[in-house]
Amino acid sequence: MNSNMTDTGPIVDVRKLTVDFSTGGGKTVRAVAGVDLSLKKGETLALLGESGSGKSVTLRALMRLHPDSARFGGSVNVDGRDILAMPYGDLARYRGKVVSMIFQDPGLAFDPVYRVGDQIAEAVVRHEGISMQEAKKRALGLFERVRIPSPERRLDNYPHEMSGGMRQRAMIALALACRPKVLLADEPTTALDATVQIQVLLLLRELQRELGLAVIFVTHDIGVAVEVADRIAVMYGGRIVETGKCADIIRNPSHPYTQGLLASRTGHEAVKGSRLVTIPGAPPDLSNMPPGCPFGPRCKYVMDRCKTQTPPLYDVGADHFAACFLIEQQAASQSQLQSA
Amino acid sequence: MTMIIDRLGPVPEVGDDRGGPGTPLLAVKDLIKHFGKKAGFLTKAGAVVRAVDGVTFDVGKGETLGIVGESGCGKSTVARLIMQIIAPDSGDLLFDGEAVGSEQLDLTSYRKQVQMIFQDSYASLNPRLTVEDTVAFGPRVHGASAKQSITLAHDLLHRVGLEPARFAGRYPHEISGGQRQRVNIARGLALNPRLLILDEAVSALDKSVEAQVLNLLLDLKEEFGLTYIFISHDLNVVRFMSDRVMVMYLGRVAEVGPADAVFSNPSHPYTSALLASMPSMDPDNRTQEAPITGDPPNPINPPPGCRFHTRCKFVADVCKTKEPALTDVGGLHYTACHMADPTSGHPNALNAARAA
Amino acid sequence: MAAIADAAIVVPAKASKGYWASVGSRLIKDKVAMVALTIILLIVLAAILAPYIAPADPFRGSMIRRLRPIGTPGYPLGADELGRDMLTRLIYGGRLSIFMGVVPVLAAFVVGSGIGIFAGYVGGWVNTLLMRIIDVFFAFPSVLLAIALSGALGAGILNSIVSLTIVFIPQIARVAESVTTQIRTRDYVEAARVSGAGAFTIVRVHVLGNVLGPIFVYSTGLISVSMILASGLSFLGLGVKPPEPEWGLMLNTLRTAIYTQPLVAALPGLMIFMTSISFNLFSDGLRSAMEVKQ
Repeated sequence: MNSNMTDTGPIVDVRKLTVDFSTGGGKTVRAVAGVDLSLKKGETLALLGESGSGKSVTLRALMRLHPDSARFGGSVNVDGRDILAMPYGDLARYRGKVVSMIFQDPGLAFDPVYRVGDQIAEAVVRHEGISMQEAKKRALGLFERVRIPSPERRLDNYPHEMSGGMRQRAMIALALACRPKVLLADEPTTALDATVQIQVLLLLRELQRELGLAVIFVTHDIGVAVEVADRIAVMYGGRIVETGKCADIIRNPSHPYTQGLLASRTGHEAVKGSRLVTIPGAPPDLSNMPPGCPFGPRCKYVMDRCKTQTPPLYDVGADHFAACFLIEQQAASQSQLQSA
Repeated sequence: MTMIIDRLGPVPEVGDDRGGPGTPLLAVKDLIKHFGKKAGFLTKAGAVVRAVDGVTFDVGKGETLGIVGESGCGKSTVARLIMQIIAPDSGDLLFDGEAVGSEQLDLTSYRKQVQMIFQDSYASLNPRLTVEDTVAFGPRVHGASAKQSITLAHDLLHRVGLEPARFAGRYPHEISGGQRQRVNIARGLALNPRLLILDEAVSALDKSVEAQVLNLLLDLKEEFGLTYIFISHDLNVVRFMSDRVMVMYLGRVAEVGPADAVFSNPSHPYTSALLASMPSMDPDNRTQEAPITGDPPNPINPPPGCRFHTRCKFVADVCKTKEPALTDVGGLHYTACHMADPTSGHPNALNAARAA
Repeated sequence: MAAIADAAIVVPAKASKGYWASVGSRLIKDKVAMVALTIILLIVLAAILAPYIAPADPFRGSMIRRLRPIGTPGYPLGADELGRDMLTRLIYGGRLSIFMGVVPVLAAFVVGSGIGIFAGYVGGWVNTLLMRIIDVFFAFPSVLLAIALSGALGAGILNSIVSLTIVFIPQIARVAESVTTQIRTRDYVEAARVSGAGAFTIVRVHVLGNVLGPIFVYSTGLISVSMILASGLSFLGLGVKPPEPEWGLMLNTLRTAIYTQPLVAALPGLMIFMTSISFNLFSDGLRSAMEVKQ
C-alpha cells in the first residue's frame, strides 16, 4: 500500500505476462506471449492492435476477468499488489475500487432492469459502505461530471432509454464511482458515430487530467490512440512490437508493422486513384503461430533469423523501443561506419 | 467482362449500355421509406421511423458515389431500397433510363445488373456451402450449367486474389475475414453486374487488410467497367474511393457534390462537423473541442424544419420552421442549408451571398 | 496482378474437411455420446437378430415355471407371469419398442419440418395462422393428447403410430419455424435473393442445409419420449396387444408380480430407461458436435 504514496513508482507494472487458453482437445492457445508494461500515475497508454493481437486479453488480465481455464504467467502488479496471486475475496474489492473498466458495449456494464442512477449508487454503497442517500448524491455529481444533460432526470432512466453516447457517458460515471486509480478502456468508442466518438474521447482526456488517473486504452484505430494517449504500445501476435511516445510512433515508426499500418491509412496523404500501400497477408492465427517473429510471414524485410528467433525490444530513442532485428543490424552497420 | 459473357453464353441485351453515356446508370427520385406498425387487428399504430424521407440522386456510369452519414441517417436503407430487398413507400428508380420493374426492365434482369456486398463477411456466406459453390450459385440460378458456373467461379476467385486450387473447396469458417470478403466480392461479380453497392464492405476488416480490399476494388472497377455506390461511416475511406460524395442526415440528403469539393470546401455545417470530428493524427495538435454536442437525434421524430438545426452552431429562426432544399453552390455541388440560399432569410445567408 | 500479390501470403493450406466430416470427428471424441450410441446399436442389433440369439420362444410359456427369479437355470433373467423366458421377451420387445420410438418421430420430422420451414420462410400472416393452430395442440399435455387420440382411433399399432405422430408434429414444426425464421433474415439468404434466385431454390440450397441439422437433433431427443409414450399406451391397453412382446406392455402385465418378483417386474422398465436415456445423450452429443465454430 505504500508504493502509491510515492509519485515516482509505476502504478501498473506488468512483467513477462503470458496468457494461455485451452481450446478443446488438449490444445492451448497463447494469446499473450510475454508482455511488459509499466504505467505511471496520470499517464495514458494506448494498446494498439488488430484482431488477435492480444490487446484485450492483456487488458483483462489486469482485472483477472478471464475464465478459470486461462493460465497466467509472469506478474501483474497494480498499486503495489500482485493481481495474479490475489485471493478471490480481495479481487472483488479491488475491482472497481482500484481499477475499473469501460467497454465497447455499455450493455455489459448495466443491468437492463434497474435504473442507471440506482446501479451507480449501489456500487458505491457496496464498496464504501456509505448511506444510500450519500451515494445518490455522488451519482448525481458523477453525472454532472461526465456532462450528461439534465442529470437529475437521467439518473432515473433505464439503460435502454438513453442514446448510445449517453449510455457510454453513464458507464464512465459508473466506472469512476468508487474513485479508482486506474481506468481500463476496451475500445469504448468503436461502436459510436464519429461526432459522438470525439466527444467521448475529449471527456476521457479531461477526466484523466482532472482526476490524475492512469488510463490504459485499447483500440484498433491509430487516430483514436493519438487523440488520447501519451504513449502507444503496438501489439501484434500477442507481443508488443513497438512502444514509445505518441509523437515518436507516428513520426518515426521503427517496426515494419507500424510503418505498414501508418502507410496503408487512407488519410489525407493518400492520393485518389493511386493504389494504397498494403501489408500483405492476414493477421496470424493464434492457434497456429509461426516460429520466430510473429510478423515475419508478412514482412517485406524478412531475414533468415526472423524465421527462427523472436526479436527482443531494441532501444531506438528516448523511451522508444521496437522488436525488430533490422534495428540491431542498422546499429551494427552504423558503428562499423564510425570505426572505419 | 467479355470473357465472362462468353462463358455464360450470349447475353443479348442485359448488361449493354442501352441509355448511352449521358444517361445516369441509376437515377433515384424522391425515395421514401418509413418503417413502423400500421394499426391492425388488436394492435395500435406504433411509432414511425422515417428512415429515408425524400432522397433524390444520380449515379453516373463508371463513377463511384460515396454515401456517408451516422447511424440512423438512412444510408443502409437506401442500399436495401436500391437492391429491392425492401420495397419503398414511394419514389422511382430508373436504371439506365428505364424504370425498374417496368416492361422494359423486369426485376430479374435488373437484379443481374445490380449486386451488393454486405458488411458482415461471415453472415453473408452460407456456412454449409464451399467457396466455389457460393460464387457459382448466381450463374446456376440464371441457367448456366454446373461445369460452366464452376469454371466461372474459379476464374473469379483467381481474379479476387484467392487461388482456386487452395480456396475453392474451403468453407467460410476456414478462411480469414479479408478472404471471406473477397469471396463475397467474387459472388457479387458472378452475374457480371454493372452496379455494385458496397455497404460498409470494409468496415469490419482489420486496418492492414482493409487497404488490400480497397486496392482490389479499385482494380476490379477498372477491369470490369463497374459503377460503385460506396457506403461507409469512415470519411477517409470514402474520400479515397469516391468521385462524388453524398452526405446524409436523418433520412435526407444534406450535401452532395464532387468528393474534393465536399471534403475540402464543405458547404453544410453538418459536413464540416463530421470532418472536424475525425481524429487529428497530430499528437501536438489534438482536437480541443468537439465540433458538435449530443447524439444524432432519433429518426422516429425528426425535428421540424432543417433536421440538423438542433445541433447546428449557425441555427436561426428560419431553420426551425422551413426545411431547406438542395441549393446549387456551383460546380455540381449542392447543399441543403439556408445559409447557401441568399433568399432564405437566414442572417448568415447574406454574408455568403456577398462573399460569393 | 497486384491484388493477387496482396493475398499471396495466406494461411498455410490445410486439407479442408466437409462439414459433416468435421461433425463426425468431433462426435467420435465425445465419449458419452459414443457410449450411448454403442448401447443403442447393441439393442437395435439384438432386436434385429432376435430369432438367432434369443435362447427361447417368446410366446411359449409354462404354467409351472411362472415368475421365476433372475438366475434360474434355463431362465437367465427369470420368467414372466406366464412362464415365458424374460431374456427372450426383452430381446424381442426391443423390436416393437424401438419401432414405436423411431417411426412416429420420423413421420413427424418429415411433416413437421415441412410445415415449419414453409411457415418460417413465407412469414407474415401465413406463419401467424399456422403457428396459432399449432399452439392449440400445445395446450394439451402430450401424454393426454396421445391417449385421447389413441382412444378415439382405437387400439392397435398403426393407430398408436398415427396418434404419436400427431403429438410430435407441432413440436417439430415449432422448432423448424423458429430456426427457419432466423436463417431467412441472414445476409446470405438476402444475397441469394438479390442474385435472382426463386424461393424454392433458396430454400433448397440455403435454408434446408442450415435448418435440417438443428431440427434433426431436436427430433432425436423426441425418440425417447416417443418410446415412453408408446409404452404408456401399451400399458393402458391402447397400443400393442398381448401376447406380443413390447416393453411397455410387459411392464403392465408384470405389475401384479411387483411384490413377488420385483426385480423381474422392473426389467422392461430398465430397458425403456436405458434406451431412452441413450437416445437423449446421443442427441446432446450431436447437438454440441454440430455447433459451427467461427
